Amino acid sequence: MPTSIESLAARAKEKFEAAIDVCSINHGELTLEIKRSELLQVCRILRDDDGFEFKQLIDICGVDYLSYGYEEIPVETPSNRYASVYHLLSIAHNQRIRLRVFLDNDLPIVDSVVGIWNSANWFEREAFDLFGIVYEGHPDLRRILTDYGFVGHPFRKDFPLSGHVEMRYDADKGRVVYQPVTIKPRVLVPRVIREEGYSGRDT
Amino acid sequence: MAEIRNYTMNFGPQHPAAHGVLRLVLELDGEVIERADPHIGLLHRATEKLAESKPYNQSIGYMDRLDYVSMMANEHGYVLAIEKLLGVQPPERAQYIRVMFDEITRILNHLMWLGTHALDVGAMTVFLYTFREREDLMDCYEAVSGARLHATYYRPGGVYRDLPDRMPQYETSKWHGEKDIARMNSNRQGSLLDFIWDFTERFPSRVDEYETLLTDNRIWKQRTVGIGVVDAERALQLGFTGPMLRASGVEWDLRKKQPYEVYDQIDFDIPVGTHGDCYDRYLVRIEEFRQSNNIIRQCVQWLRNNPGPVIVGDHKLVPPARETMKRDMEALIHHFKLFTEGYCIPKGEAYAAVEHPKGEFGVYLISDGANKPYRVKVRAPGFAHLGALNEMVKGHMIADLVAIIGTQDIVFGEIDR
Repeated sequence: MPTSIESLAARAKEKFEAAIDVCSINHGELTLEIKRSELLQVCRILRDDDGFEFKQLIDICGVDYLSYGYEEIPVETPSNRYASVYHLLSIAHNQRIRLRVFLDNDLPIVDSVVGIWNSANWFEREAFDLFGIVYEGHPDLRRILTDYGFVGHPFRKDFPLSGHVEMRYDADKGRVVYQPVTIKPRVLVPRVIREEGYSGRDT
Repeated sequence: MAEIRNYTMNFGPQHPAAHGVLRLVLELDGEVIERADPHIGLLHRATEKLAESKPYNQSIGYMDRLDYVSMMANEHGYVLAIEKLLGVQPPERAQYIRVMFDEITRILNHLMWLGTHALDVGAMTVFLYTFREREDLMDCYEAVSGARLHATYYRPGGVYRDLPDRMPQYETSKWHGEKDIARMNSNRQGSLLDFIWDFTERFPSRVDEYETLLTDNRIWKQRTVGIGVVDAERALQLGFTGPMLRASGVEWDLRKKQPYEVYDQIDFDIPVGTHGDCYDRYLVRIEEFRQSNNIIRQCVQWLRNNPGPVIVGDHKLVPPARETMKRDMEALIHHFKLFTEGYCIPKGEAYAAVEHPKGEFGVYLISDGANKPYRVKVRAPGFAHLGALNEMVKGHMIADLVAIIGTQDIVFGEIDR
């Protein structure tokens, strides 16, 4: 039976009172910010409880909040720089929910949900590869999208868009070699943040 | 007795059945696969990171290049996410145009899938047939956007321009004389809608042709029935969406369940399979051909009777018409602002999903109020499907692996992003 997003939010609040930091509805989407230690517990209930039945994990997305709200990378690092965001879908109730877990700055580590939704396997590998988020308990946490032997986590905000190394064929050595990048990054359109109501658009 | 050992074999990335750049490391016991480890990322372009460095509109073109056989469906997901954050509703005509092109895209994608899947399994002819129809649909893309593949046609607030009244014509060359050209141009005398209508008239019989070649074909059935079986429970666990999920018997289609644009006003059915094997997935997609054809016809009829704007008139978001810029100072300023800075999107986050030909294509957009996205996450259906490859091929022969890769409808543009 389909239920409204508000009643879903109320039910989630009641069920996970202690585990939720923030519960918000924006653009018709429910977002729960979960305490890191409670993630597995919450996920298991979301999947198995008759009121939720989120049987499908649609997506896991790593986020780096380093420069959120700034035009340049700020001097001060925010206290919770990384987040792991989960999108769940309940086919039985035709509802979606978003979970966000904020992680530590120096070692972003969180429990793996592979045991709950098997589709998490590659999504977690991707977030590990691109952001360096470590999923504890993942059966096979390897890089997935970047090159063999890649160094660094390219989607972090402090990783340059043009990267650190480039590859070319060296005719003398008769093989492909890596060398520091020779292209200079340039900004065509600067990033600007306009105050609310600028240009007559209301937020 | 000779010692029998498992051995490891490399498959791809140059193998023609690898659909691009899939590299598989296979552990084999004789010809039976014990483990398949896909190595992906050979086509990784960091689309999401590139999008972070550009104003919103400049990334629409990148979305075309994700799943490069269903271009407009990708744009749709991205544009919907922007519209959700901005709170913009495109005009009704634009919504019908989007639905029509989404379905044209679905047919394009399934034609490509059917041709290559059959080719992998050993049926050459289907490939030639499907590319004949693809050509017509590519012409529709070209007529509306100027590009056969990477259209960049959907824009936040609508679509870039209205449907053309005249189709481009073939011209005589040293290969085609007057008579040939007259025949080739015969269905191009009217508008784009007439051309599409003409296509939908003959397309069902073309689908029958493919079915004559495959559906009851003994070899085709031997190669697909009972291969790569996934039951409904596992399909949900593995994150399957779209035809892959429906073939396993789960009746789930975003166009029906979470309708976007005008899908709630259109009459169509969702085909659902029962066994969850390669053959059922084939049947589901074949039926989707017919349903999409039906949806296109409904859209064409509506579009013929309802002229109107195809994009919102808000010039903070959409460039003003070229001629107004010649005499109107404000239009000139709007144009300048839009093309040098773009528009800012209020702080927030949104997830928008469309029923892409391959499954659920979602875009998760985080904005911090800037003129560029803070983070774009593309949820590609193929990524989850390929992640399940190991489970699907376990215990099958190498030749079945090729059938399973084909049935998953894999395109590396979206998986590697």
